Parts: sequence; C-alpha cells; structure tokens
Amino acid sequence: MLMDTPDEMLATAAAQGDRAAFATLVGRHYDRIHGLAWRLTGVKAEAEDLAQDICAALPSKLQNWRGEARFTTWLYRVVVNAAHDLRRRQQTRARASQGWGDWELARQDEIAVQAEAQDWLAQAMTELSPELRDTVALVLGEEMTQAEAGLVLGLSEGTIAWRMSDVKKRLRAKAREDAK
Amino acid sequence: MTDDFDDLKAALKAAPAPDADAKARAMALAMKNFDALQGSPQGFGDPARSSEDRPIEAAPLNGVRRMLKFLTSRPALAATTSVAALVIGVAVILPIADLRIGQPVVTTTEKPKPEAPAETANEDQDLRTEVPADPSNVVEKKVEEVASTDDQPLVAPEPVTDAEAAEVTDALEAAPPAVAGGEAVIADLEIDGTFVGGLDEGAVVRERAAVESEAPGLMLALPAPASAPLVELAQPQLPENTEEYANEPVNPVKVTAEEPVSTFSIDVDTASWAVVRSTLNMAMLPSPDQIRIEEMINYFPYAYKTPTEEEAFSSSISVMQTPWNPGTRLVTIGIQGALPDIADRPALNLVFLIDTSGSMEDANKLGLLKQSLTLMLAELRPEDEISVVTYAGSAGLVLPATRAADRTTILQALDNLAAGGSTAGAEGLELAYRVAEGMKSEGEVTRILLATDGDFNVGVSDPDGLESYVAKKRETGTYLSVLGFGRGNLDDAVMQSLAQNGNGTAAYIDTLSEARKVLVDQLTGALFPIADDVKIQVEWNPATVAEYRLIGYETRALKREDFNNDEVDAGEIGAGTQVTAIYEVTAPGSDALLNDPLRYGTATTETTNGELGFLRLRWKAPGADTSTLIETPITGTEEATTETRFAAAIAGFGQLLQGSVYTGDWGWDQAIELALANRGDDPFGYRIETVNLMRLAQSLSAN
Repeated sequence: MLMDTPDEMLATAAAQGDRAAFATLVGRHYDRIHGLAWRLTGVKAEAEDLAQDICAALPSKLQNWRGEARFTTWLYRVVVNAAHDLRRRQQTRARASQGWGDWELARQDEIAVQAEAQDWLAQAMTELSPELRDTVALVLGEEMTQAEAGLVLGLSEGTIAWRMSDVKKRLRAKAREDAK
Repeated sequence: MTDDFDDLKAALKAAPAPDADAKARAMALAMKNFDALQGSPQGFGDPARSSEDRPIEAAPLNGVRRMLKFLTSRPALAATTSVAALVIGVAVILPIADLRIGQPVVTTTEKPKPEAPAETANEDQDLRTEVPADPSNVVEKKVEEVASTDDQPLVAPEPVTDAEAAEVTDALEAAPPAVAGGEAVIADLEIDGTFVGGLDEGAVVRERAAVESEAPGLMLALPAPASAPLVELAQPQLPENTEEYANEPVNPVKVTAEEPVSTFSIDVDTASWAVVRSTLNMAMLPSPDQIRIEEMINYFPYAYKTPTEEEAFSSSISVMQTPWNPGTRLVTIGIQGALPDIADRPALNLVFLIDTSGSMEDANKLGLLKQSLTLMLAELRPEDEISVVTYAGSAGLVLPATRAADRTTILQALDNLAAGGSTAGAEGLELAYRVAEGMKSEGEVTRILLATDGDFNVGVSDPDGLESYVAKKRETGTYLSVLGFGRGNLDDAVMQSLAQNGNGTAAYIDTLSEARKVLVDQLTGALFPIADDVKIQVEWNPATVAEYRLIGYETRALKREDFNNDEVDAGEIGAGTQVTAIYEVTAPGSDALLNDPLRYGTATTETTNGELGFLRLRWKAPGADTSTLIETPITGTEEATTETRFAAAIAGFGQLLQGSVYTGDWGWDQAIELALANRGDDPFGYRIETVNLMRLAQSLSAN
C-alpha cells in the first residue's frame, strides 16, 4: 500500500523517522537520481558514485524537507547541487595536481572510450557550459517544463528559456562546424 | 537544425540503466544512514514498530502528533539545534577541505604518526567511495552523545570513523612545530592557515571556533575531507547573486620625479553612485568593487564657471588643503560643458533598445523603465523621433520611427511591452543600429538607449565581439547609452564597457527620481554630446609636488602617449554637464610624504615659477577626427569653492567606503560635516540625500 502513497507524504513520514516510507521513497526514485546524475555528468561511473552519495546523504537532507515543493523538484535540486559540488571538487583536485588542461584531456579520453552511440552526445554536451548542461539535462533529459527547471535551478523561467535558445544556437553552430 | 535538438533530447533520454548492484549498495547505504540518524539500534532488520506507530495512511495526523512530541522534548530540541549549528560549521570550512582532497598538504611530520587501525586503508583508497556518508554519521552520533538523554544504546563507532579521527589527529600532529600538541582549537586554526590564504581566513576560523565552543569534542569529526561535499548539501541555498562589477585596484601614490605625467579619460557615468545608494538602502555596505569614486563625484551637478560663447567647455582649477590629511593638498579640476540654447538643439533620434527577457519582469525593472520613458517623453519635442526595439523571444521592432508628437502611439507601444521568453540578444542590438541608421539625417543626433537589468544576453557567446561591434558602430556617429535596472544580476562590467565603447554613458536607475534625474533633468546633457574623446593630462612639477595621487578614474587610465593619439577613444561630455577630477598632492619636504627622497635623485630644474603643474586637455568636436588642445597652468593659488569642497567630501565618502588607507583618522563625522557645510544651493536635494546616505553608511559600518 506504500506503493500508492504520494512522494510528498512518504517524504514527510520518512523525515519523521518512518523507515518503511524512506525505503519506499529511495527505491522509487533511485533510477531517477541515477538518470539525472548521468545526464549531468555524462559518465556512468560518476553517475553511480553520485547517486550513492546522494542516497547516503538523503536521510539527513530529508530533515530539511518542508513539503513546500513537489518532492521530485526538491530531489532534483539535491541532485543538481550534488553534481555542482562534484564538479567543483574535480576542478579543485585537477588544479591542485596537474592543472586544468590535463584534467580536461583525461576527461576527454574517458569520454572517447564510451559507447559510440554516446559520442555525439558527449561532444555536444562538453561543448556546452556547465550551466547550459544542467538546463539541458533537466528540460530535455527529464522533460521538465521550463518553469519546473527554473524552480530546480533557482532561476526565472525566462532565464531557462533563454538558455534553451542559446543551446539551440550552439547546436546549430556545431552542425555547421560538423558539416565543414 | 531542430534535428540536432531532437537528437540531443533522444540521446539524453537514453540514459544507461542503473546497475543493479550499484543500486543495492546505494540503497543499503541510505538505509544504514537513515538508521544511524534515527538512532535506531536495530540495524538492517525491519524495526519493531511501537504501538503508537500507525500505518502510513495516517501520516498527516501522525506527523502532527509526532512533531508535538518532538517539540516538547527538550533534549531533542537541543539536538536539532546543534545539528543546525554543525551543518553551518561544516559548510563554512568546505573550501579548506576541498583543497585537501587534491593536495596532501602536510608533508613533514615531526612526531611519529599515531596508531590508527584503518589509517592505511584510508590512505590507499579513494576516499569518496569509502566514506560518502560519514559526516552525517559521525556528526549525528556525536550529537546524540552530547545531547541525548535517551538510554538507548549508541551505535559503536565504526572503524572508518576512527580513521577519520586519526587522520585529523595526524594533521594536527603534523602542523607547524609551534602548535604541535597545542590546544586543539588553536592547532586547528593553524592548520587552516596552511591551507587557505586570503581575507576570509579569519572569518572561517572564527565561525569554526564558535561551533567548536558550542560542541566540544566534535571538532575531530568535522574536517573529514572526503565527505565534506555531502554535508554541504545541507547548506541553505541562497538566491544566486550574479552581479559583476568593473573595477581596477585603487590608484597608488606616484612619485613625481619618476612619473611626472598623469593621463586619463574623463568619465561622465554615474552608475556607481546609484549602485552605492541602492546597496546602502538595502542596509548593506557596498563592496569596494562597486565603488568608482569618479562616478560618485560626477553624479552631482556643480556650479563651475560657464564657458564663453565660443568655448565648448571651460575648465576651472582649485587648490585646497586635503580634509583628511593636513600635510597634502587637493587639486580639483572641474570641467563645465557648454549648454547650447535648448531651443536650438538639433532634432533627436532615439532608439529604445529594451531588454524584455524574463528577468526584467519586476516593478523595479520593466515597470520602472516604462515610467521613466513616459517621463522623458514629455520633455521631447514634436519633431524628435522615437522607435522601440525589444530583444527577447519577441525580438523585433515594436515601434517604427514615430514622431514624439504622436504620444498616444508611443505610450501604447510602451504599455504593451511585456517581459518573458527567450532572448535573441545580439540581433536586437544589430536591429537597433539598423533602425538608427534609417532615422538618421543631416544635423540630427542619433542615440540608442539600451535598457537592461544586466541579464544581458546580447552576444553572450562572445562579449569581446560585442564590444568591438559597438566600437565599430561608433564610427557611424550613433551613440549608445546604457541604462541599468534592478539588482541581482546587474552586469556592471558589460554596461561599463558597452557605454565606454559606444560613446555613451552608463547610468543605473533604481528609483523614479533617479530616472527623472538621468532622463529629464539631464536630458540635454545625457543625449547631446558637445565634445568627444576628452582626455586630461597633468604634468606635475617635481619642484613643488613630490607625490601625487589621482582619486578614482582607475578604469579610465590612459597611457601617456595616448593623449596625443586621436585614434584612442575617451569619454564624452554632454551639453551642460560637469566633470570633476581630484588629485591629492604632497609638497617636497612635507611630513605627509610616503616615499623617501632619492639620495641620488635627479637634479630638479628651477625654471618654473612655483607652479604646481600643467593641465592639458584634448577634445574633439562631435564627429570630428582631429582634436583640439587646451593648456592651463596650475598655479596653486586657485581658491576652493563650495563646489570643490563638496566634491572633496564625496571623494572622502568614497574612500571611506573603500576602506582607503589614505584617509587616516578622518571619519564619517568629518565627511558628513564637510558635505553638510558645502551643500550650496542643491535645488534638487541630491546633496542632502548624500548626507543622509553618509549617516546610513556610518551606522552600517559601526556594526
């Protein structure tokens, strides 16, 4: 019967210590977390790690759950923030050890060995700025409306709309490049 | 082209299925942490349900009862408070923790490492995968220890926790010898010192110390580097502030013998003043990079000597003792633009280029903009022409060139402006220039007024390209001014560079009265240039001035050789406007000298008759290619006036806000007194408003 309970109720119950509710909630949303994590990072291993980190932090994160937004919106926000942290950490680490350029090369290599079908995507995504990547992951990947994506990213709908049009513009430019 | 878009979408949708093992691991970890957080000793098994635990369907009511119970339990309250405090503490030290991840900072160990069971494992493995959830674990457990009166058995500390603790102890031990074995908090502080540099260090340490004093014993668990980012998740998300400001380091004191010539472009922008005012009115002190002193000074009208019939502008000089330093003098250079007879002014072509992107939807932005333009419309003459171009999803010409006489059409067009949609920014600017081109005719002045909140979007992919585009268009004789609206993501830097490259002014409009000042009272000055590329060069006389310092104009510095190069762009003066520049100069032998004289210094020439320096001004008539030179000696006998004393008070105000090192003991009281005493006529009340702002800043800075 927990299976039919809405997310928001489960989250409230879990926040108050209901173990079964929490288990149901995590089970229900793991795939979603993982999916968005993958769309944000583009690397399967990283997506797994990130999803695990998020699951691990979820109990304490839930203490901040106020039921003010839809649970999925709230969860997306958690995932996006965690991905940002990961990005920051990677940058710090890369700068401290071998510098940005090497890190970027290593990352490109990693991307290159991924399945061929993902090649084009990886390329397209790495050419976008992190902000645009987040937006694309939410709007295209998660099929959110621009308003929802705005809620998750803490931006106005107009900004999301603008970012999406910027993505289109960049894709056009890329298509022109590729055609050459 | 949309194919690519769809491809991207399809590719993104095709996320790889999560690995079942990974999922199981993550879920197990989640449950473990959940149990740890609840303090449940049962571990992985299904917990025994207490009699009052009803099935989940009753959750809302159940929740209320639980909450009440929770709230009345004092220890529980104490626990939650400490959790909150801890979360803040951990979030604050993150940058430090992050640095540690990539960089084993501590290399020399003076003492043998303490024995720790899991230490080697910890070093060898990737920390992130090993202990993702530890901080919450550790923190929560500690909180239980501190605050719980429950006699439930606590979960025994896990090896990982020991390793964390050991690692920190390790770091403590390995800290510089002076602190090894010292008191925990101090040692910790020193460790921070080795990781971070910069101004925030003190604050970080203070925050931390505060947390530690509240929850002794927790410190060891806190700096766990690998897990820190997770704790950061709990940080409250503050609204993003994406404002960017253009500024340069404050001008230093120069030694006349080494660098006798100072060259800069005039600046008639006022944006910095309005930003400072709006920041103060939000009960915050502006940050130093928001302050451009020359823009603060030039915000105010000054009653300088009016130019004669044939002059485009006049320059006046005054010398006075520096209010904040009795050992130095202020040399004020005031430039007054001629005010051609309003009746004779050429017809005006205005293109309003209005940002209607989603972020403009705010009474303080688009609403204020509409009101401002309506105010301005009343001041225009029937033969002036207006057109409106918007840039956003609905990019395009909203109002084709319309004579100002046709008020209803124009007002209607303004009224119909609505924010929303995506932006096709660069095209908006191009369109505006095209429209302006079409409106132009002989003897008229054409200007684009770009109104934006800084979410600029124009050519965001290539800001440099945008600047050079604007600079190129400048050649066509069309001026570009930028009006900034709203706060939050004001891109002051882009505004500045656009206005500077486009031969215009950047003004920031935060209130309707500011709109009035910029668009109505100073309509003529803001819209009709009387001199282009005005450059100032002062050569100081080493015999009378040993050191000098230009106050403000940091973003306007020019190279000495650029002064005579007519290709180099500089600022414009509008009809009837004033520009003020202030130097602080120190005489040789004065106690206030900051640099010692050179023992083998160059011999000073005694040819001058006690002149302080020599002022050179270059300017071009609007549209002209070659410049005219005006030269005036600075004798040092020019008397100060109310106007220049007020300008000095503003310069002092700006420096106080910057936390300048040059103002010494001189403080808010003196600045207020000086400004108040030199209010002059002040018909618009700008100066008395300033005095009030100074008082506000004084109280804010006292905190």
